[in-house]
Amino acid sequence: MASAFFERIKGRTSVMSASSSIMGGGTRLFRQRALAPWLFLAPGLLFFLIYVLIPIVRSIWIGFFDWDGLGEMKWIGLSNYIELMGDESFYTSLKNNVAWLLLYMLSIPAGLAIALFLNQTIPGIRIYKSLFFFPFVISQVVVGLIFSWFYAPGFGLLPALIKSLTGANIAILADARYATYGVIAAGLWPQIAYCMILYLTGLNAINPEQIEAGRMDGAKGLKMLWHIVIPQLGPATFIAVVVTVIGSLRSFDLVSIMTSGGPYGSTRVLSYFMYEQALSEYGYRMGYGAAIAVVLFAIMMVFISLFIVRMLSEQRRG
Amino acid sequence: MFPKPIERSAPWVGVVYKLLVPIVLFFWLLPLIGVALTSIRPAGDLAAGNYFGIPSGFAGVENYTAVFRDSPIGHYILNSFIVTVPTVIGAVSLSCLTGFALAIYRFRANMVVFFMFVAGNFVPFQILMVPVRDFTLQLGLYDTVLGLILFHTAFQTGFCTLFMRNFIAALPFALIESARVEGVSEWKIFRYIILPLMRPAIAALAVLIFTFVWNDYFWATVLVQGEHAMPVTAGLYSLNGQWVAAWHLVSAGSIVAALPPVAMFFLMQRHFIAGLTLGATKG
Repeated sequence: MASAFFERIKGRTSVMSASSSIMGGGTRLFRQRALAPWLFLAPGLLFFLIYVLIPIVRSIWIGFFDWDGLGEMKWIGLSNYIELMGDESFYTSLKNNVAWLLLYMLSIPAGLAIALFLNQTIPGIRIYKSLFFFPFVISQVVVGLIFSWFYAPGFGLLPALIKSLTGANIAILADARYATYGVIAAGLWPQIAYCMILYLTGLNAINPEQIEAGRMDGAKGLKMLWHIVIPQLGPATFIAVVVTVIGSLRSFDLVSIMTSGGPYGSTRVLSYFMYEQALSEYGYRMGYGAAIAVVLFAIMMVFISLFIVRMLSEQRRG
Repeated sequence: MFPKPIERSAPWVGVVYKLLVPIVLFFWLLPLIGVALTSIRPAGDLAAGNYFGIPSGFAGVENYTAVFRDSPIGHYILNSFIVTVPTVIGAVSLSCLTGFALAIYRFRANMVVFFMFVAGNFVPFQILMVPVRDFTLQLGLYDTVLGLILFHTAFQTGFCTLFMRNFIAALPFALIESARVEGVSEWKIFRYIILPLMRPAIAALAVLIFTFVWNDYFWATVLVQGEHAMPVTAGLYSLNGQWVAAWHLVSAGSIVAALPPVAMFFLMQRHFIAGLTLGATKG
């Protein structure tokens, strides 16, 4: 969802040079122009402060308390974090988050492969491209239900296939060994579609002269792909990496729909573990939940900072 | 163009390719095709173990009628619309203003504010969950559609602001300069010069935000409890719990819940993809 974030901040140079000329205006106009941006920003910024920025700070604060969400908040310092260090579920969740992150990365080459496959001009190709993109448009709840059905032991398509091939009965989502991978596979489906559309757009913008020049020099196939095409797909790859990393760490819906963290908590990820602790039958442990959220937030901030640093340096280069 | 255009290959390659694309597509959409097929299966098929063979008859009308008659899914869908439409209007309007401010004016905090919007959009929902839920409770808006609308509007404003800012920054700045020379006020510049040029951006954002908010599940479970305010995503999940093993109903319900964003996508495909892939190309 975040791809538009990464449009290079290209217009900025022109804004800068133009606004220096504005500054020469009269005092009244000058004041109007000094105040105007804040008036334009006020409503949106206020909303964003109240619902996004302040809650982040409050969550960090709540992480130091024992709180059930209703009664008195009791300051307990770092106790939530110390408890977390000894909580086995925390490590399961963390391990699963790593699995999500690593396996989700497969959607980038897979998306590129499908994009290359579809980058032709046969009649009806536009409709084919849209249909390939389909999984991204539908809700993750629906994706989760579709895959639960696809995996369902006894009548799902996949177990039937596995049975006909190997004779083994496998209940993917009920088996702690496979369940997480089953859920990740469901997540890959829309994610691959997303990467595919990014690469299709990227391929569309490739400089045809370079391709032709490469052909003249006898480059083709994988060599051409690696040395000429992929370097030109840089911006698409960057966005694909960002949305894939963020998407993998945000995974919640599919875990909730397909396994509710089970069997025996083996498919928990930090986001779901947090939800469970703060808002479910496990008891309303808001402080503990907030502490888990802070850990997830810290992990994501590492990536977010990297992305922003890269955006900033791109911008400086112009 | 890469890979090599099929027209430039031997004719048989083209024929093979034209056959291959639909076959690959079939496997790619296999889970979805299965669900669509199940949604029109007579209930008897499932009982008889005919899960993925040819349906013994067409029961689409019965199944879909049953879903609407025996479950509150119609009500859930209505809720989803009541949440989604105002959010789209709210977030797009707010971000026209913020995007304009960040694209046109140079002021000290510009970059800081901008990256706050950017970073705010990437944070995990869970870091917002406890305070937002608490705040919504205090406002008396827990378990109401308004509570959801306010949150979604605020959150989506981050994404929309970035989108709008980049769009406006790419417009010719001379337009604004000449208006300023004429003494046109800043508000009028926004209202009469920039806003009319923003139509494509507004369209692209509207379809994207519609899809994002329609498909939201997390906040629908955190901020809503009862049936009366529940959007279709959370509603479908709770129905799934009631319709144990009634896969023909679950499937029909899934298709119904997926339909509005899918229709939106097909109607406004160009805008949707333009919005989603903004920045995927140089220049």
